[in-house]
Amino acid sequence: MRNIAPGRGYGGAATKLGLNFGGRVHMTDVAVRSGREPEALHDVVVRFAGDSGDGMQLTGDRFTSVSALFGNDLSTLPDFPAEIRAPAGTIPGVSSFQVRIADHQISTPGDAPTVLIAMNPAALKADLHHLPPGGTVIVNSDNFDERALTKAGYKVNPLIDDSLDRYKVVEVPMTSLTEKACAPLGVKPRDAERSKNFFALGMISWMYNRPTAPTEEWNRTRFAKNEMVMKANEAAFKAGYNFGETTELFAHSFSIAPAKLPPGEYTQISGNTALAWGMIAASQCAKLPLFLGSYPITPASDILHELSKHKNFGVRTFQAEDEIAAAASAVGAAFAGHLAITSTSGPGLALKSETMSLALSLELPMIIIDIQRGGPSTGLPTKTEAADLLIAMFGRHGESPLPIVAAYSPPHCFDAAIEAARIALKYRTPVILLSDGYLANGVLPWIVPDVTKLPDLSVEFATETNHTNEDGTEVFWPYVRDPETLARQWAIPGTPKLMHRIGGIEKEDGSGNINYSPENHEHMVQVRAAKVAGIAKDIPLLEVEGDADADLLIVGWGSTWGSIKAAVQQVRATGEKVAWTHLVHLNPFASNLGEILVNRKKVLVPEMNTGQLSLLLRAKFLVDCQSISKVRGVPFTAGELTVHFTKALEEIR
Amino acid sequence: MSNAVTLTTKKDWMTDQEVRWCPGCGDYGILQAVQFLMPELNVPAENTVFVSGIGCSSRFPYYMNTYGMHSIHGRAPAIATGLAVARPDLDVWVVTGDGDGLSIGGNHFIHALRRNINLTILMFNNRIYGLTKGQYSPTSELGKVTKSTPMGSVDAPFNPLAVAIGAEATFVARTHDLDRKHMIETLRQAHAHRGAAFVEILQNCNVFNDGTFDDILAREKRPSMMINLVHGEPIRFGNDNERGVMMDSDGQLRIVEIADMGEDRVLRHDAHREDPSLAFALARLSHDDHSPTPFGVFRAVSRPDYGSMASDQLLQASSKGPGDLAKLVRSNGTWQVG
Repeated sequence: MRNIAPGRGYGGAATKLGLNFGGRVHMTDVAVRSGREPEALHDVVVRFAGDSGDGMQLTGDRFTSVSALFGNDLSTLPDFPAEIRAPAGTIPGVSSFQVRIADHQISTPGDAPTVLIAMNPAALKADLHHLPPGGTVIVNSDNFDERALTKAGYKVNPLIDDSLDRYKVVEVPMTSLTEKACAPLGVKPRDAERSKNFFALGMISWMYNRPTAPTEEWNRTRFAKNEMVMKANEAAFKAGYNFGETTELFAHSFSIAPAKLPPGEYTQISGNTALAWGMIAASQCAKLPLFLGSYPITPASDILHELSKHKNFGVRTFQAEDEIAAAASAVGAAFAGHLAITSTSGPGLALKSETMSLALSLELPMIIIDIQRGGPSTGLPTKTEAADLLIAMFGRHGESPLPIVAAYSPPHCFDAAIEAARIALKYRTPVILLSDGYLANGVLPWIVPDVTKLPDLSVEFATETNHTNEDGTEVFWPYVRDPETLARQWAIPGTPKLMHRIGGIEKEDGSGNINYSPENHEHMVQVRAAKVAGIAKDIPLLEVEGDADADLLIVGWGSTWGSIKAAVQQVRATGEKVAWTHLVHLNPFASNLGEILVNRKKVLVPEMNTGQLSLLLRAKFLVDCQSISKVRGVPFTAGELTVHFTKALEEIR
Repeated sequence: MSNAVTLTTKKDWMTDQEVRWCPGCGDYGILQAVQFLMPELNVPAENTVFVSGIGCSSRFPYYMNTYGMHSIHGRAPAIATGLAVARPDLDVWVVTGDGDGLSIGGNHFIHALRRNINLTILMFNNRIYGLTKGQYSPTSELGKVTKSTPMGSVDAPFNPLAVAIGAEATFVARTHDLDRKHMIETLRQAHAHRGAAFVEILQNCNVFNDGTFDDILAREKRPSMMINLVHGEPIRFGNDNERGVMMDSDGQLRIVEIADMGEDRVLRHDAHREDPSLAFALARLSHDDHSPTPFGVFRAVSRPDYGSMASDQLLQASSKGPGDLAKLVRSNGTWQVG
């Protein structure tokens, strides 16, 4: 029942409605057609597209929230330009938000929209290719004047030629209807125009039978300090809702019943928020204050924003002068005894490289969060990619292994943050935590965790001397290690008698004294590597989903999780056998990865890069892993992966 | 954390590490001065941290029996910032050099000063890269011949004090490695200052830049070449205190013979003046290595430090009770299934 067009019932090209709504909109006359029964759908994908000033992200976000509260399963894909305000009305300025809501469990924001809402010609031109033939496109017809069409690069108005014949086109003069709805409030048309996204939201809310109260309540709270805007939004929202109810544009509305999700208390969360909360949770579990050193960078800045709001948890956020200082301040805070983190994206990770090596050499706990984006260089700041695996793995000078943890879904960012902190604190090492732009901004429902059941991450600082000099004096040696974990002791300033010096120069194991001897350096290189490798004993074994003994194995990591999950389900639904394992720990690997990889006829590794994990797997396990690569700034669709998996199954048959 | 202050001696602040600067290096004198000063400050050694970057000066923490970190090139102010902001209870010192602090670490240096982080920053200025064996530094004079400038440097130098004042530093001072008493007194005042205190210590590198400050600091030249700044006192110097600093009608500071101009026109030093322009002018009084140069505290003004303000915000945010994780994870709104 996927991709059912909402326009079903009044069919075909005849629905291209160039209506004049001048006297036909009766916003209060809601009873007229209220007898129409909504048609039940299992699944719908709505894509809001407009100018970056049109409020599409907000509109999509509200629609998502209401659907979440209504009980649907959902998944979102925000897609916005790098420019804050690219020239209005142009293709580079188009900002989109795709949301999928369903009455069953889903794991992706949908391969293609069911409905595209295009607020101007540029949005139509930029996003129409996402819409499959037969899909519905709702346009703000007020914006299709000659100037706007020219800006978007249309020579002929697509609403009057035959270029949209394959779609169901609904033309709604959203701007003028919004202005009319706001006129009684005394809002000038120019100001009223800004509320047209609420008109669109109202219309879509009617179309999919969304409750209106949460949106109205949100608007009242959000714009409490600006009454005129609040009232204009309210009027626009109601007008849009009533418009859907009243007009004959849509034969009837649609309903998507609440999903049958596992029972529990749910909320909805984006990856960056989950990651920030996970860090707060980790600091509570560790009973250590949280320190974030960060420098603004897309798409990681929201972590800085979120954590800076929670000072009542003892969180200190420091917006540093640059990426290096952000990491360096975290090293200082780690030495001071805080749970220290630094957040960034690819270019910032490169800048932090030397500081990460210092933290590695100092053997202090610290977490480096990398919200990956399209690279190299500035690349695609607002588009997703997962091509920092190898810089995370190898992007430092000297022999400098670090543990790497990768989140796989927005809610999982919470757990991944806690896991990264656990490893960092227990093994006294910097840990790289990988997320990406898709996870960062994407939203999924999340069963609210029972915070009383989070792991105990408490650490014991050193309080006593641990070595007796030849002359009998008791001293503290900073590089005395736990024989099990190889973690060194952590004595924080303020502790009497444990004064000690650490530094980036090679030091003697145990005493920490400067030592350049060949034997000692080789020993230290080995012990640092052994410490990280030893973490493998302390991470959960990988599980294999699907058919454990299948000839075809899919190995995933990071945000490909949702698409792989959907694709594996689709392929298995056809009776084929597929095994899938998804890595959270990229260094070291879980200790059973080797066993899982062997004896397969084919191993496929879908990645948002050109084959970085498959390179690591081939090198480490001598297994012929084949890469499925995508570097287009957008996630794999389930459909794309299904094609790859099916083809692979045919090849090994 | 222990607050008990026990009396210490210089020896308590020394470590068992062999000091590895070149024989005759000015750094020895600075280390001695700091170790002499520490017992007076009544701060427990365990609450004291020395953070350094890379360079000869940056070996300093190994020789202080405190907590210490010898970090990476230029980053000491940034590391110390994290430390001082996380732990306002600590006494954090930064030891840097002209290359470490003004070249590779210039950005962190100015921002630590601008934010008024509670740090005491000592910059050993020898106007050369010593550890890398003799390249010119950002304070080397124009035309300087070094290994990397065989035909003479074409790089205009920084004036560290002017940089610091331009970066909104609240405490700026200069001393030198040959006068332990002056060093101790200057460092004492720097330590007493709440916020970022910057002290430039002119220091001789007897291997790669020997005698760079001789025209000012040679014993016989000091009376005529060193201008000792004392808050509230007229700015005068000379073998017989016969010269002074005055401000001309065009706002320029000039060195004059007091007999010519009259005592009442001699500038009276005001380190506490909010407006930094006079301190800036004093910092720039000396144009070269051969003209009279001011020493002492140029500027000492009070401004809230970053760490205290950040801590205040934490207190303010916690005034309604500590954060509740169970509430936080529900703050986006929740719904019940099943």
